[in-house]
Amino acid sequence: MEREVNQSLARDFGLSADEYAKVLDILGRTPSLTELGVFSVMWSEHCSYKSSRVWLRQLPTKAPWVVHGPGENAGVVDIGHGLVAVFKMESHNHPSFIEPYQGAATGVGGILRDVFTMGARPIANLNALRFGNPALPVTRRIVDGVVRGIGGYGNCVGVPTVGGEVNFHPAYDGNPLVNAMTVGVAPRERIFLSAAAGVGNPVVYVGSKTGRDGIHGATMASAEFGSDAEEKRPTVQVGDPFTEKLLIEACLELMATDAIVAIQDMGAAGLTSSSVEMAGKGGVGIELDLDRVPQRETGMTAYEMMLSESQERMLMVLRPDREETARAIFAKWELDFAVIGHLTDSGRIVVRHRGQVEADIPLAPLAEQAPLYHRPTAETPKQPILNAARIEDRYGLGRALERLVACPDLCSRAWIWDQYDALVGGQTIRRPGTADAAVVKVEGAPIALALTTDCTPRYCAADPEEGGKQAVAEAWRNLCAVGARPLALTDNLNFGNPEKPEVMGQFAASIRGMAAACEALSFPVVSGNVSLYNETNGRPILPTPAIGGLGVLEDASRSVGIALRPWLDLVLVGATRGWLGQSLWLREIAGREEGAPPPVDLQAERAAGEFVRAQIEAGAVRACHDVSDGGLLVAIAEMAMAGGVGARLFTGPRDVPQHAFWFGEDQGRYVLAVGDAPELIRAAERSGVPAMRIGTSGGRDLTLPDGGTLPIARLREAHERFFNEWIGA
Amino acid sequence: MKAGIVTFPGINRERDMAIALEAVCGKKPRMIWHTETDLSGLDLVVLPGGFSYGDYLRCGAMAAQSPVMGAVRQHAARGGYVLGVCNGFQILVEAGMLPGALLRNATLRFISADCHLRVERTDTVFARHYQRGQVFRAPMAHGDGNYFADPATLDRLEGENLVAFRYATQSGEITEAANRNGSARNIAGIYSENLRVLGLMPHPEDLVDPLMGGTDGKPLFEGLAVALPACS
Repeated sequence: MEREVNQSLARDFGLSADEYAKVLDILGRTPSLTELGVFSVMWSEHCSYKSSRVWLRQLPTKAPWVVHGPGENAGVVDIGHGLVAVFKMESHNHPSFIEPYQGAATGVGGILRDVFTMGARPIANLNALRFGNPALPVTRRIVDGVVRGIGGYGNCVGVPTVGGEVNFHPAYDGNPLVNAMTVGVAPRERIFLSAAAGVGNPVVYVGSKTGRDGIHGATMASAEFGSDAEEKRPTVQVGDPFTEKLLIEACLELMATDAIVAIQDMGAAGLTSSSVEMAGKGGVGIELDLDRVPQRETGMTAYEMMLSESQERMLMVLRPDREETARAIFAKWELDFAVIGHLTDSGRIVVRHRGQVEADIPLAPLAEQAPLYHRPTAETPKQPILNAARIEDRYGLGRALERLVACPDLCSRAWIWDQYDALVGGQTIRRPGTADAAVVKVEGAPIALALTTDCTPRYCAADPEEGGKQAVAEAWRNLCAVGARPLALTDNLNFGNPEKPEVMGQFAASIRGMAAACEALSFPVVSGNVSLYNETNGRPILPTPAIGGLGVLEDASRSVGIALRPWLDLVLVGATRGWLGQSLWLREIAGREEGAPPPVDLQAERAAGEFVRAQIEAGAVRACHDVSDGGLLVAIAEMAMAGGVGARLFTGPRDVPQHAFWFGEDQGRYVLAVGDAPELIRAAERSGVPAMRIGTSGGRDLTLPDGGTLPIARLREAHERFFNEWIGA
Repeated sequence: MKAGIVTFPGINRERDMAIALEAVCGKKPRMIWHTETDLSGLDLVVLPGGFSYGDYLRCGAMAAQSPVMGAVRQHAARGGYVLGVCNGFQILVEAGMLPGALLRNATLRFISADCHLRVERTDTVFARHYQRGQVFRAPMAHGDGNYFADPATLDRLEGENLVAFRYATQSGEITEAANRNGSARNIAGIYSENLRVLGLMPHPEDLVDPLMGGTDGKPLFEGLAVALPACS
């Protein structure tokens, strides 16, 4: 029996009393169950961005090379040679907690569709993952499931997973973050958009059949979890990467013809959001006949079909004279193809099922009167700046280093990336763990793309504005560190419950910091995703504005990695004050999580990055690594481990305590391995960038300035221990 | 050499293979859809890697029943050359064109990592540009590459010298640690009795360009290009 539609049901569907009143006002009557479903998902946080929209407007989104910024399925930037890069990052946090494998797998599938919907062949996947305390058994289960899910989907669909990041923190115990990013490449003149056009044109459904899976997933993703999270498993979708692979090939084959007027994937809120958004953007009406929707189950109602989040489905508007061309292509790939409706001039969405009109909603008010909230914000209190000289070092450099490279946040991620196919496609120049950003060749052009994901949530928690700035700066820095020119970024803003002023304050401050960095670095936001309500039992996650950065190398053969080579000079670029606040040394060695995080000087950041990139382009740099988590000594150890080559390090400057010099996390810094340090340092002086020689490479040991010696083999063993012992081979 | 690459639904390394073949032959290989049945005029038929039919059934089991496989059998019976890599190797085994089976990796996880292969014989068109005992690097990317056959079959393969490559250390030792997927006797690739059908799990086609980190896989394709007639 269908439940009676009233305010109580609307509340169960996630609509507030005010929002429900607005629905009544728009329709001038009580909605049907299907209509209530449509309003509730379109006005969910996930689909409407009702809490975040007012802030997102602050982000810079334009640059001469930006072809399409936020608002399309993915961002599009010009990469020259008549080509564009199409990319976006999206979260699948809630589903991945409920059902880690399928949650992560369908996260990959969804972001892939956002990219190939626009006509781009996906060439790379990345991900940004945050998990809870490794000491909890549930964390192990979630990590294992998420990693298997990402691999299971990405490997099968044949898109290389080339990079990503992983952090652990107890704040993610009940709410892991799974942010997946896809990058594709398309000819600039062949980009497909979602705005429907042409009254009478057929609306075509392709891909998998519709089932009852994922109904109301978007609403589930817009609420916090209580202890009943496990009961929400039926709202998680199940992925079918094989069908996705067929869908990619069939869509790209069809896109080579002139058959498509508009196309959009059925992601969150499935048939509802795709049909409403396509018709709404095009300013037309749409009629759907649900009897024609390919169905996996029998007896499905209009409500269930409109809200199903079954995966691997697309909605297209075709030129009527090309319907048969399209049908033949989908028949070849053995995928469902059904004309389920047509465009009208009514400005309404009309849904019919078994001879009944199940929904009839005017599209303009559905979009224009969508709720928009200026929620109250509370500033995060500033933390004191710690004085490094007053923080005693009881550990010494060598012991601290050995411990740091082994800690979960810094240890080798080989256990993870060994489960991801990083090479399929044959274009991967820099694989995971070998460079600060993945580098992937663009077929048919001499260029390569550099790709990275970055965020330091502990900085964001301590100071959301500086943290937001730092996340953008670090992504920009990682692109410079391989020799790429950073072009644009996609963001995935993961926060807690926006109805709490302190969470909304974190959000607002993070955006402020991000916007400042985007502006200063000419690094605009072209796509993104907001994930709120990341809380379980009232405990929010650390604010996590994950950044996915994209850059271009004009000469694909000019990229550099982090692997140290023998008989080179090590040069530190950028200024070091010895900033220990919120550093991993402070947390892992001194046992304290406190202090203001390192600030980012955006002018210095830009100068250092441009200097490093110019030096790489000039061929002066043999290896390069940015200094981030763990500080300078960890960066050098990572270079040594990657190359299997040791180094002898000099004593740091006298005005900075040694432990703060080697483990401080001051921003805007790089370690360069070069053949001619004096020449490089002179060039740096000319550019106004601080640079100093800090050591030489060679041998099999890391010789520390305090006289200690660590064999690279021993460091590697420590580095690789965590995952192998934690989850096992 | 006229080469063709068979594409089954779900195959995903056909493009990598086409790049490798074009690099040595200077011309694009023919792409063959799995419903085609005419392979005449081809010297070499390649079954590339990927996830045919999603590997939802046993890996390669569905593809082995495809219409094209009858033609691949006839091609082999005519003395044509066949190369199956990864999922292609699994398909050849499922089609009965090579003995044994490929089980789930001993680690029970997908393995994507470089391995080292020792060349066991060089008097074949596939291995003629390697030295006997030479070790070369090749990426592997599979969940089911654990080669299995009964002891009699393994003895026969070894007795008839049909093992093409074994997982080895960088210096050529056959050790358990070098054998990450747990294959019987470290077997990474095997030949048919007439040495014209080769199946192997790792991907030499992904290491043919110094830009991508090495050219260890290139001799395999160069050997084919030189050995097979009508190469242009």
